[in-house]
Amino acid sequence: MTLTATHPASAPHAVTGTATASEPPAAWHPVCPLDRLEPLWAEAALVAGEQLAVVRLPSDEVVAVSHWDPYANAPVMARGIVGSRQGRPTLTSPLHKQVYDLATGQCLTDPALRLVTFPVRVRDRIVEVRAA
Amino acid sequence: MTVRPIRPTNRTVAVVGGGPAAHRLVEALLARGDDLRVSLFTEEPRAPYDRVALSRRFLDATDDLPLGSGSGPWDDPRVSLRTGCRVTAIDPAARSLTTADGSTLGWDDLVLATGSDAARPAIPGAGDLEVYRTIDDVDRLRGRVAELATRLGRPPQTAVIGGGLLGLEAAGGLRALGADVTVVHSRPWVMNAQLDEFGGRTLNRLLRDQGYVLRLGERPSALEGGWLRFPSGEGLPVDLVVAATGITARDELGAGVLQIGPRGGFVIDETCATSAPHVWAIGEAASFGGECMGLVAPANTMAEVVADRLCGGSGTFPGFDTAAKLKLAGLDVASFGDGLASARGALEVVYADPTGGVYQKLVVSEDARTLLGGVFVGDAGPYAALRPMLGRELPGEAGAFLSAAGNGAPPDLALPDEAQVCSCRDVSAGDLRRAVCGGCPDLAGLKACTGVGTQCGSCLPAAQKVMERQLVELGVEVSTALCEHFALSRSGLFEAVRSTRLTTFGEIVTRFGTPADSAVNLGCDICKPVAASVLATLHGEYILDGDRGGLQDTNDRALANLQKDGTYSVVPRIPAGEITPEKLAVIAEVARDYGLYTKITGAQRIDLFGATLEQLPPIWRRLVDAGFESGQAYGKALRNVKSCAGSTWCRYGVQDSVAMAVRLEERYRGLRSPHKMKFGVSGCARECAEARGKDVGVIATSEGWNLYVGGNGGATPAHAVLLAKDLDDETLLRYIDRYVVYYIRTAERLQRTARWMEELPGGIDHVQDVVVQDSLGIAADLERVVADHLQTYRDEWAATLEDPERLRRFRTFVNAPARSAEPAGADSVVLSGPRIPVRGER
Ligand SMILES: Cc1cc2nc3c(=O)[nH]c(=O)nc-3n(C[C@H](O)[C@H](O)[C@H](O)COP(=O)(O)OP(=O)(O)OC[C@H]3O[C@@H](n4cnc5c(N)ncnc54)[C@H](O)[C@@H]3O)c2cc1C
Ligand code: HEM
Ligand code: SF4
Ligand code: FES
Repeated sequence: MTLTATHPASAPHAVTGTATASEPPAAWHPVCPLDRLEPLWAEAALVAGEQLAVVRLPSDEVVAVSHWDPYANAPVMARGIVGSRQGRPTLTSPLHKQVYDLATGQCLTDPALRLVTFPVRVRDRIVEVRAA
Repeated sequence: MTVRPIRPTNRTVAVVGGGPAAHRLVEALLARGDDLRVSLFTEEPRAPYDRVALSRRFLDATDDLPLGSGSGPWDDPRVSLRTGCRVTAIDPAARSLTTADGSTLGWDDLVLATGSDAARPAIPGAGDLEVYRTIDDVDRLRGRVAELATRLGRPPQTAVIGGGLLGLEAAGGLRALGADVTVVHSRPWVMNAQLDEFGGRTLNRLLRDQGYVLRLGERPSALEGGWLRFPSGEGLPVDLVVAATGITARDELGAGVLQIGPRGGFVIDETCATSAPHVWAIGEAASFGGECMGLVAPANTMAEVVADRLCGGSGTFPGFDTAAKLKLAGLDVASFGDGLASARGALEVVYADPTGGVYQKLVVSEDARTLLGGVFVGDAGPYAALRPMLGRELPGEAGAFLSAAGNGAPPDLALPDEAQVCSCRDVSAGDLRRAVCGGCPDLAGLKACTGVGTQCGSCLPAAQKVMERQLVELGVEVSTALCEHFALSRSGLFEAVRSTRLTTFGEIVTRFGTPADSAVNLGCDICKPVAASVLATLHGEYILDGDRGGLQDTNDRALANLQKDGTYSVVPRIPAGEITPEKLAVIAEVARDYGLYTKITGAQRIDLFGATLEQLPPIWRRLVDAGFESGQAYGKALRNVKSCAGSTWCRYGVQDSVAMAVRLEERYRGLRSPHKMKFGVSGCARECAEARGKDVGVIATSEGWNLYVGGNGGATPAHAVLLAKDLDDETLLRYIDRYVVYYIRTAERLQRTARWMEELPGGIDHVQDVVVQDSLGIAADLERVVADHLQTYRDEWAATLEDPERLRRFRTFVNAPARSAEPAGADSVVLSGPRIPVRGER
């Protein structure tokens, strides 16, 4: 029953639109002001042609994983519930409720699944993500 | 003005003071004696309120902090309540009292419940200090902080003098108002009355982590010119200072007539009698064993003792229960019994994790068996279960009860019958067991029967444990913990939130979570939607406001149903399936313009599939403008009321089933429940609406309506069973109100009505008793929930569209402009999986 995890960039559905091909690999991209993110309400963001799920934690730390649900094959992860397991922040798929560790992207309910994670930093209260 | 003469047959009990102690006394007197008249005088301009919950007023200026349920005892003809009326003198010899407006009253018995005043340190400038004791105090603080913030254009700099329970609570309140707070405390650690050094220092650290500034080990010497001065010569610039340095008993009425304790207060004996005959004292103003206690539980116990004595009983006050829990967001701190291990030979069993900010300690007797007290900082999980064990032998090794120490669950505590579970309402484990055996199968009933958990609510986890063990003993299967984040079940959480009137998930975690720390315990997809549903039922507020947005399950979050490709379906409400051609045309146009797949559902309405998140608001704009409202196909709530053609058209019909179905749908729409609910109404016994396959099925008879409950379709179909026969319209609605709300209060997560009745001890017979005979005495409460719901119901989509802040939840990307909100827009970004075609589409 398990699908293998697919990197969204290599998934057939993740057609990129707005990114320009000439960007250097792994640059920092501004996403939005920190204040536009409500703590524990995930949002989707379009960064360098990739769809990410961006989560602001109560500590004001921001984390980003792929928006693409590798099991359901649909761009929905940002619409899942942010929670915790044993104190580690998690994100649950809104479709079939697999639970992912937000720090590592590892699925905690199905070892074969994983979300790609993206480094995030906040500078001058602007959220920036490093992506290709 | 003079007070009306009293009928000689009725004894008059005069009560001075209107705090929680007085309230409890009056309640207890009314419950026991018919031949009493009670005259209560309080200086505050309002009836007694729940002072313990005062901090709620910082968050919500309209919260009047009601005590007990309903209007309370003040409408009772035996009671006269005089607010804004201070008693200035008492004369025990003449058995009379005098009030500030010069009137006098004779009494047979006098109860002094005058409470305390907030103490102000005797320093120059003390007149400018604020205090934190009454609703008026909080309202004044709110006003001053707001005024300062506007005038200064920055957060006001405030200080709280005193780092005890009240000081920290005041600091939390000021923070909630947007002020910066420094806590000034004379000892090296806060809460030194409850916490030992290690616990106190752990709490110091937790407070600093939360952004509080602590200034410890120094007493201020003056407040002058916007500076709080210290003996060292240093100063702290302040815009506002709150003193929380302790309380002083209001014993001025006793001067010269009653014996006053060494630290103030009216001296009482174990019957709560003062030194003058027929004069009693209760609450914080009473000095017992040389001490006055600033806690509500002993105040309530004293009130019960005096009520008992006045009605001829022989109750005695057993001494102070000093258990206390700090009510401060994000900080879990509690202590009970001899937390400082002052008893001779007492042993301390400690778990400490300084980096994790957890400190837990149990104090046990020399032989390590009897529990003498405990201190919890950072994680007070075991507090609720252990507090009733005070003074008793622990069934296992003490260390095993510290949640942080072991990996497994703590050993189960079999509380002896006499152990007090609820100290606010003095309910013992035995009281709870008797109520369960007497037919209370759930927390809602238990609260009604015994009063457990109806004041501060902190005992509910322990009460649920006792109840469940008893049910198991009776051979009933019980459901338990929701998930790792709460030890309560859904029904337990419902009752806990109902008691405490909490309004946010953060507060619920802080009060009942495991751990009770909202920085670590973020909940999960199990408990968050449960909390969302409970909050929606209890408060009826727009479900996505505040921190409630992030609690909602997949569909509620978007007020639409998520489909497998990431798009949504839209279902407008069509009550009873009755629709005009004009409205049908609007649905058709919307479907055509947005390219939506349409399907007529099994619930007599139309589903429009394939809308993107961003298309939902414009689609609903058109639907709302045409008079539609949300069908809540996404919610755990009433879905629809199915009906047959009924007597208007059908030649067999005996009642107008369509009209009744519309009435039901408009009554219960939007009421959040543990699972979805479906209703049906048939116009005669032929049952074309298949009403007996519904949670609530109504079938017409020539006399009125038969009410069936507990049916469902799905994987395990169940036929609804008869609850009551031949009801008129109004009785039918009343019974359905009771049934539905009893279900909402007591069912477990995702339990439909059929399963719920199956698992409920007593099954349908018990439900019948509750709904028809009102055997638990909660029918009026249950009906009030529906009445309130009818008051607060708003169509969720209309409410969304009128508020730009709410619309932000429907953006596809946080960082890119709307790209798909237009009908048939060409996407370069894939927003959904492969399109799902319409069969037979050309
Ligand atoms: C902010 C705050 C938080 C608290 N939190 C907790 C908690 O978490 N747990 C806990 O156990 N306890 C707590 N307490 C303590 C608890 O509120 C009291 O123990 C409780 O109010 C019982 O007090 P009482 O009825 O004896 O007196 P009070 O509540 O002080 O009421 C006395 C009333 O009598 C009136 N009065 C006094 N003299 C006269 C007179 N001569 N004529 C007419 N009226 C008069 C006063 O104005 C007042 O309204 C808290 C207190 C405060 C202020
Ligand atoms: C049917 C749904 C679920 C029920 C009834 C349920 C109930 C429980 C119970 C009773 C425990 C044991 C608690 C204890 O040992 O003290 C538990 C543990 C736990 N639950 Fe839930 N839970 C459910 C689903 C989930 C989901 C979906 C998540 C993820 C968000 C979750 C997260 C956890 C975790 C992380 C633990 C601890 C397990 C461990 O220690 O390895 N639960 N749950
Ligand atoms: S249930 Fe009775 S009234 Fe309703 S359509 Fe069928 S036959 Fe007619
Ligand atoms: S202990 Fe406060 S309500 Fe039970």
